[in-house]
Parts: sequence; C-alpha cells; structure tokens
Amino acid sequence: MHPKRKQRLTLVAFLFAGVAVAVGLALFALNENINLFYPPDQIARGEAPVDQRIRAGGMVLEGSVQRDPGSLAVRFTLSDMAGHDVPVVYEGILPDLFGEGQGIVATGRLRANGTFEASEVLAKHDENYMPPELAELAGRKAPEGQRAGLATLDAGG
Amino acid sequence: MKVPAPLVRLWHRLGSPRWFFETTAPWLPWLLGFGVVLLGAGAFWGLALAPADYLQGNSFRIIYVHVPAAILAQSCYMLMGTCGVVLLVWRMKLADMVLEAAAPIGASFTALALVTGAVWGKPTWGTWWAWDARVTSMLILLFLYLGIIGLRQALARPEAAGRACAILAIVGLVNIPIIKYSVDWWLTLHQPSTFKLTEKPAMPPSMWIPLLLSVLGFYALFIWSVLQSTRVVVLERERRTAWVQNFAAEQGSKA
Repeated sequence: MHPKRKQRLTLVAFLFAGVAVAVGLALFALNENINLFYPPDQIARGEAPVDQRIRAGGMVLEGSVQRDPGSLAVRFTLSDMAGHDVPVVYEGILPDLFGEGQGIVATGRLRANGTFEASEVLAKHDENYMPPELAELAGRKAPEGQRAGLATLDAGG
Repeated sequence: MKVPAPLVRLWHRLGSPRWFFETTAPWLPWLLGFGVVLLGAGAFWGLALAPADYLQGNSFRIIYVHVPAAILAQSCYMLMGTCGVVLLVWRMKLADMVLEAAAPIGASFTALALVTGAVWGKPTWGTWWAWDARVTSMLILLFLYLGIIGLRQALARPEAAGRACAILAIVGLVNIPIIKYSVDWWLTLHQPSTFKLTEKPAMPPSMWIPLLLSVLGFYALFIWSVLQSTRVVVLERERRTAWVQNFAAEQGSKA
C-alpha cells in the first residue's frame, strides 16, 4: 500500500478506535441508568430509590392477579421467577397483552413498605412468535382479552 | 498480504465513475424485478397466509415491514461508513458519490423502522414510544443520517463537505453495535433480535420464511435505489465531461 494511504488508514483507525473507547467508557459509566427498569431482585435488595418515579419490570406471577370487582384497581406480584417478588398495585387500563406469566414494565413509586404503586403498566413481549395452535401445544396461553380477540378472528374466517 | 488480481482490477475500475455508470445500467431492471417479486411474495405470504401470533394476534404482522426496514437502516449505515473510510484513505470519488446518494435512503428506512415500531408498540406494549436503549439508539441513527445530509448542505466546498461527511459517517459506526446489542446489554422494553446469525429464529417457518423473503426484497430494492441515486449524482458531478455530454445528447435525441 502507498505509504501516504497507509498513514491515512492508520489515522482513520485511530479516529474510530478513539471514538469507540470514549463511547464505550461513557456507556459503561452510565450502565445502570440505561436500563429501562429495575428488575425485582434489585428492588428486593433495596437498590431502587423509595418514593421516586421509577420503572419496575419483570413477570406477572401466575395466580397473583386480583382484580377489584367494583373498579379498575388490580394487584399482582411482579417476579423474576427466581424467588424475588414485588407486590404491585395499579388502577387503570391494562394493555391487551397483560396477563399472568407475561412480562411487564410498570412506571410508579416504590413505597417504604415494599409495595410498588404503578401509574402506568406496559406489556413486554418476547421474540417467540407462535401460531395459536402451536402455542396451545407448547402450553402457552394468551391472556383473556387477547384470546377473545383471536376467537372472533377465527370465527370470522 | 497479496490481493487477488481481479479484485485489484475491480478496485481500479471503481475509480472511474463512468465505468460505474455504464456497468450498473443493465443491473437495474433485474434488481427492481427481484425486489418487487420478493417483496410482493413476502408481503402477501406474511399478511394473508402466515398464521396470527397466539399472543399479539394480527398486530404481529407489522414485523414484515418493521424488521426489514430496521435491518436495512443499519446495513445502509455500514455501507456509508465503509464509503467514508474509502474516501478518506483512497480519495475515491465514487465513494463520496455513494455516501451522498445513500444518506436520504438510509434515513427513510430508519424513519420507517421507528414509525412502524411505534405503530406496533401501541397495541402490544401499550405505548407509542419508550426511551429504552434499542429505541433511543435507533433514534440516534436517524439523527446521524440527518446530520450527514445536513452537513453536506452546510459546507460550500464539495471536497470539504465530502470529507466532513465521511468523518461523521465513520464516527457514527460506533452506534451500529450499540443498536444491535442494546437488547442484550441492557434491560429494555424492546424484545431481543428476531433473526440471529447463529440460531434458528424463534418462530415456525410459516412465519419466518415470508420475513426472509421480505428482507431479501428490501435488500434488492435498496441496492436498486442506491444505484439509481448514485447514477444521478455521477451525472450531476461529471456533467462537464465529454462522456456525460454525449450521453445527454444521446438521451435528448431519443426523446
């Protein structure tokens, strides 16, 4: 290679490496802050700030959802399926994909008694897409609202 | 390290915008044809034949636009970063032309990925937008594209503008692995990657084959539009040369 080009290539390589290192260090320093939510184990260990607006994320524990028959209030347990649980209370409309065994991200405040008061609940889905018949075989079920939607879809052709 | 002779020859030919213009002309109808057929087949299969998702129902079908757009947005940026290196090191005119032509196309794919993602997010996540690592790094990619487009407009001397854009394109390459691995490195609302190089996709073939067709169709149409757009830049920048003037006269007499 022409020495002049070699020199320019080295320069470009240094430019890129320098930027990559700088960005890498910045992201490393920000690491915790880039996470969208606190997982249940961090909340259980007391690493999440109390009485501040934060997000908590995890799975809705099977059999933990209790709906208030007279209002939109709902309580459920947020779990990492590894023994760390956070009780959540919420009043409002839940996304269609909300259901037991599904991932969610809730925005709200952690109270001193360890309960998370959510003001917004978002559903988190995974990258496993499945037709309904296969899902049934795999023992995975859709939440009630969504299943009703699929049933009408099937009936409609 | 010895580079094979045909590659060296190709490399030298790429130095000539005229060679590029004349060589790529017969490729265009093929690329357009492949693109339309593949994308048409992928879209029809994906929207009409593929089964609905057990959880998301029909809203999952937006994957057939969202994933290809997001893949192309990143591929286009990698192309531009490569052109940036070639321009800075070898001073190849054609690299600068591709850099100019590809920027608006890449910006469009990025915008398409963000918009379809928002439309998908509303019925599934329950929100149009989340400031998680994947969505935010994708937004930064859009700003990089817009920055490169703006930088070229802002600088009067074409040569200086080309080099400035090349530097910005190379610097922005850092963002590409961040987008790719954001869903693995951090906790995000966005789900992990649909296609991985080393694993089978986590869905049945009736769902991923149309997605693959759609991705290939997007690639063909992307290459087609970058070539078309680059050819326009070639004509514009080389307009004072004899071959462009001959070409223009020929086209004029045909019309």
